[in-house]
Amino acid sequence: MNPAEIQAILEKALPGSTIRVDDLTGGGDHFQVWIISSAFEGKSLIDQHQMVYGALREALGSERIHALALKTYTPEQWERYNS
Amino acid sequence: MADEVLAKIDEKVKNNKIMLYMKGNPNFPQCGFSAHVVDILRSYGYPFETEDVLADAAVRDGVKRYSNWPTIPQIFIEGKFIGGCDILHELHERRELEPMLKAAFGK
Repeated sequence: MNPAEIQAILEKALPGSTIRVDDLTGGGDHFQVWIISSAFEGKSLIDQHQMVYGALREALGSERIHALALKTYTPEQWERYNS
Repeated sequence: MADEVLAKIDEKVKNNKIMLYMKGNPNFPQCGFSAHVVDILRSYGYPFETEDVLADAAVRDGVKRYSNWPTIPQIFIEGKFIGGCDILHELHERRELEPMLKAAFGK
């Protein structure tokens, strides 16, 4: 699987988000994903991660994604933790 | 059978302010992620209950169904599923974990 495929899936699931997908090993199955989305507002960190896992359920289930490291933020959290 | 496991998990999760399902035990963690979670929790000094999922495959599968989360370790605070190692680490980094623990112990 390549990062662009994951990006497309996530952009469809979370329209208007800022998304970055990195292939950690070059092997096409270990990824780091950053997502900044207002859809996360008011959601606990686990709920934010569940939303992403839900969007990628098919790819995760089929083992095309083996490992997924997630960093999720609301726009406000991103400002607070990265300014 | 499955419902008994879920009921047992539910009971433990509800009766312990902090409940950690891990591989091994705090003094002999059997996986790096479980060990890291134990270190984070210990750094705050609050007591926490653990269960070794390696000792019982039914619990190991049951807790994943109970929380709808695919991996171990799993942390529950005040009966609520908080997350695994990555999430606990992130909450710890963002200083969002301590208030949750304080609220659970009321001090």
